[in-house]
Amino acid sequence: MTLLVLVAALGLVAVVAGIGVFVADSMARATFLLLASFVAVAVVLLAFGLTYLGVVVVLMMTIEMMIMVVFMVMLMMNPAGLEPMTMVHNRRGSRVIALGVFAVLAAGALLVPWPTSAPAPTTARGTDLMGPQMLTMAVLGLTLLAAIVGTVALSVSRGPARGGGR
Amino acid sequence: MADPATLLPLLLLAPALVVVAGLAAAAGAVTTGGRPGTPAVETLRLLTKQRRRTPADDPLLARIGLTVLPVAAVLALAVVPLGLPGTGAPVDLDVGLVWFNAMEVLAWFAVWTAGWGPNAATALVGGYRVLPLGLAYELPHMLAITTPAIAAGSLDPATVADAQHGLWYAVWMPVAFLLYLVSTAAMAFWGPFAAPLGRDLAGGAAAEHAGLDRLLLRAGRWMLLVAAAAMAVPLFLGGGAPPPITGPDPFGGPPWLWVGIKLLVVLALLLGLRRLMPVLRMERFATLAWTVLIPLAVAQALVVTVVVLL
Amino acid sequence: MTEVTLRVVLVAAAALVATGVHGALSQQSIVMIMMGLELVVNGLVLATGGIWWAEGRPGNASVLVVVLVTVMAVEMATGFAVALALYRARRVDLADDAAELAR
Repeated sequence: MTLLVLVAALGLVAVVAGIGVFVADSMARATFLLLASFVAVAVVLLAFGLTYLGVVVVLMMTIEMMIMVVFMVMLMMNPAGLEPMTMVHNRRGSRVIALGVFAVLAAGALLVPWPTSAPAPTTARGTDLMGPQMLTMAVLGLTLLAAIVGTVALSVSRGPARGGGR
Repeated sequence: MADPATLLPLLLLAPALVVVAGLAAAAGAVTTGGRPGTPAVETLRLLTKQRRRTPADDPLLARIGLTVLPVAAVLALAVVPLGLPGTGAPVDLDVGLVWFNAMEVLAWFAVWTAGWGPNAATALVGGYRVLPLGLAYELPHMLAITTPAIAAGSLDPATVADAQHGLWYAVWMPVAFLLYLVSTAAMAFWGPFAAPLGRDLAGGAAAEHAGLDRLLLRAGRWMLLVAAAAMAVPLFLGGGAPPPITGPDPFGGPPWLWVGIKLLVVLALLLGLRRLMPVLRMERFATLAWTVLIPLAVAQALVVTVVVLL
Repeated sequence: MTEVTLRVVLVAAAALVATGVHGALSQQSIVMIMMGLELVVNGLVLATGGIWWAEGRPGNASVLVVVLVTVMAVEMATGFAVALALYRARRVDLADDAAELAR
């Protein structure tokens, strides 16, 4: 019962913060409302017993939001929210599509007979992650490596002025 | 869950951390040629001063960030096994190392919002300096805390401390220990890594904060430093066990006393580091971290993994 | 009780996905579009956690969360690199101005 209340409250916080990301005038507040949404979901994961993944989500999302803050000032016209920020296109179309997506997913959430069962006595999380899913982990590692190489290749400046910490 | 033996350490954790951080700050003041009473006097002065507002600032975000800094320090300390009677750490978490890492990166958030809030140029630059600092130290730091976890086979700091019977990890993984010490100073943007609050920016991210805001930033920085130094004890210095000089456990003494002594040693090393090195420029440190420290950390982790597998 | 909690979690996840889709479709700035996509993946992480908990904690679902977290990281890194390259080539930071494939 307390778990239901806690999870419902955290879910509400996550959704409200998510909506707030696009409603806030200041980009700094939008970035950290997104972080708040992620932290709410991570606390739900902690409540469900996925401790490692919950903590990893908090860790990664904090660092990601701090990196996003760099690009926020670089690429946004109105980071401080000194003027109202409404840079939208296709507002009605996207609203319709979003409401449609929500209707379909919520109908699925409420109507599908989800199978539920009691938790298994002990699950060794380390072997769960690495044992039968070694191929998945290897693919993820290669994907991350490809992302690193591709990102650096895209961002390296091609001009004659190669600044840096020399 | 509501057992007094486990609640009491939790309730006393924040005041204890504040007191120890104050003592560390007093020691820091002495090593820089000041008087030991300066931090206490400064604390009282800041508590009575008014907080500062600037035009078109964002005080809500800044104050949230500044409050997060000491809270994150207390939460990070909560998973460190302090050798208290009855329980190991105040909170026994089986992924304690990852939790500690997550709490410490909240300091980046705190410094950035402290620089962003006042809508001032030098404060903003100071706040942004924490980002290359964080990105530079984070990978060597993560590898340095994963290396003892590899050797002990667990992410729980208490298990890592217990797995060091007879030979401390600081002895046979010295590179990881040194990297951890460096990253302790870096995560608390202190000592050689105080560029976000640098004098060349007239105080940097702390420039436009006064009163309680300034106290939260400066006291929170010392609290985070002490919490990170406390984590070095179970990770590299054997936790609450006495030094195994003539065989395992020759000296007596309660575990919390040994934790305290080792914490003093780590803090002394950190204060010495601050004496030895000037404040580093962030671009130089970023270059150093990515070209030297990360390969060292990876090599150390590789050596430890090979030793563990053999 | 398990079933009610699961349905609440899934409805919240659906709301997160819908909010993210709305943001990704309606925002003009590349940074905000990426925030919308991150919200979608956030909803997926929440849904995966809920289903994992309700179905007796099988091992494989935690792998799915790891995959989703990796997706978030890769998406953000690559997205910002593309935004930076786009800005350097054409000095635009809005998705509307980046519609032309030709240089």
